[in-house]
Amino acid sequence: MPDAIVLSEFAGIGMPDWVDALIRLVFIVALMTLNTLALIYLERKVLARFQARVGPTRTGPVGILQSAADALKLLTKEDVRPHSADRWVFELAVFFVFVPVFLMFIPIPFTETWFIRDLELGFLYVFAVLGLNIVGVIMAGWGSDNKYALLGGIRAAAQAISYELPMLLAAAGVVMIAAGHLLDAGLVGGALNLNTIVDQQRTTPYILLQPLGFVIFMIGALAEMHRPPFDMPVAESEVVGGYFVEYSGIRWSMFFLAEYTGLFLMVMLGSTVFLGGWNFPFGADAGLGWQIVLTLAKASAMIFVLFWLRAMFPRLRIDQLMAFSWKVLLPFALLQVLANGIILAYGGPDWVVGLVSLALLVSLVALIYVLVRAKAGGDSIHLEPARPRLVTSTEVASGD
Amino acid sequence: MEQLIENYGAVLLAVPVGAFLVLNAIIATKVLAPRRSTRLKGQVYECGMLPIGRNWAQVHVRYYIFAILFLVFDVEIVFLFPWAASFLGLMDSGGAVGPAPFDKVILWQMVLFILTLVVGLAYAWRKGVLEWSSERVR
Repeated sequence: MPDAIVLSEFAGIGMPDWVDALIRLVFIVALMTLNTLALIYLERKVLARFQARVGPTRTGPVGILQSAADALKLLTKEDVRPHSADRWVFELAVFFVFVPVFLMFIPIPFTETWFIRDLELGFLYVFAVLGLNIVGVIMAGWGSDNKYALLGGIRAAAQAISYELPMLLAAAGVVMIAAGHLLDAGLVGGALNLNTIVDQQRTTPYILLQPLGFVIFMIGALAEMHRPPFDMPVAESEVVGGYFVEYSGIRWSMFFLAEYTGLFLMVMLGSTVFLGGWNFPFGADAGLGWQIVLTLAKASAMIFVLFWLRAMFPRLRIDQLMAFSWKVLLPFALLQVLANGIILAYGGPDWVVGLVSLALLVSLVALIYVLVRAKAGGDSIHLEPARPRLVTSTEVASGD
Repeated sequence: MEQLIENYGAVLLAVPVGAFLVLNAIIATKVLAPRRSTRLKGQVYECGMLPIGRNWAQVHVRYYIFAILFLVFDVEIVFLFPWAASFLGLMDSGGAVGPAPFDKVILWQMVLFILTLVVGLAYAWRKGVLEWSSERVR
């Protein structure tokens, strides 16, 4: 691995460590803001295409300034706080929602040499700070003194903790495989370091070895970020927006900034851990200049799939949501960890790990299919809706 | 090693930077936005009607049960991660664990640990804790 880029060498002046970190963080702030504006615009455009609409068109060429206009509007809106709200909890909740998401950026490798800091336990760290986000959500729900906000906040917390478990177990499966590869390469430690995990995927991306892990990870990412079809805690028609119902103007937009940044971070994590990050697929050596393109291309493909899922699925009910995590995903994730452990400990080759994971994924899909069929009444599903019959005036008169 | 620990200094630095970003946005809105507070505007939103009753409603007990279950499995995963990162290396180290028939002990210990918790999950499932509607809880 080439050494990480050190900014002080770049500028030709001596610079203490913390100034270097500060410059990188400021760069991330700019990236994050622009990324959120772009993602909101792109999501509206992509969703519009799925629903045969055109989406925003009025502000700027093809509506490209829509997000900027929205941001300006939100900035100049009055900041309303309910008089009965718990003042400190209400105001601090914004920080508690946003700062953990911001902290997640630190170990994410954009290229082989560009990241904020190379954390030795980066993979575990990302999940640790992600969990802190839940505190902010509960604070927002509790502090608002609103029935819907409380219900939304509590539901969001229940959902986030439920989907965190399968997601963490899927991550543990990857760590086991990475540890095996590192041992073969004669290295000690580093299986929890995101840079090392990407480096181990020069020939085979881990999605091929852990297809079930990838699917569980993506479902978990959707649920953690309250994205449809797992958007029950923030559903407008259920709890009128959930835990941020009482927030207005810029505070409300901070929740959205956190949500879209979290979405971006989740797909960046998926891209680095499962899709091989900055590696060109199957061992071809991409130059350093291409690495950022490859990472972002993989992340963008995953974001597109998430938008697609939003357009495709209706919202899950709260009981279906919890049952899916605890009764379906958690047992499968545990099976995956056990299978990985036994195969790797008895020296099985990589393709066996991949094949077993694929078999588990196929059985997961089959199980969901069977369960949905059973719920819908087996063979009695009517694929075509009953056609309304025209009622004639004579029938009405005769009382038929 | 020192570099490894110093790297976490960036985490400490990121907390004020992130908080400063939010604070900046709030200060900007304080400067730019109008402020005309009225009594009605300070009401809690309840679909346009005047709010009825106390708003800090009771929360159903099942949320706490899920939280306890989560805690059990989360602690399991905290133990699982260091094990996952090191079990192959520990098995290869030979003498540390034992001669040939016993060198897989480090695997089966974890399998036993996971299965113990799976029994717990199965018990909770059997008890009906995982059902969302309260009528079916036994």
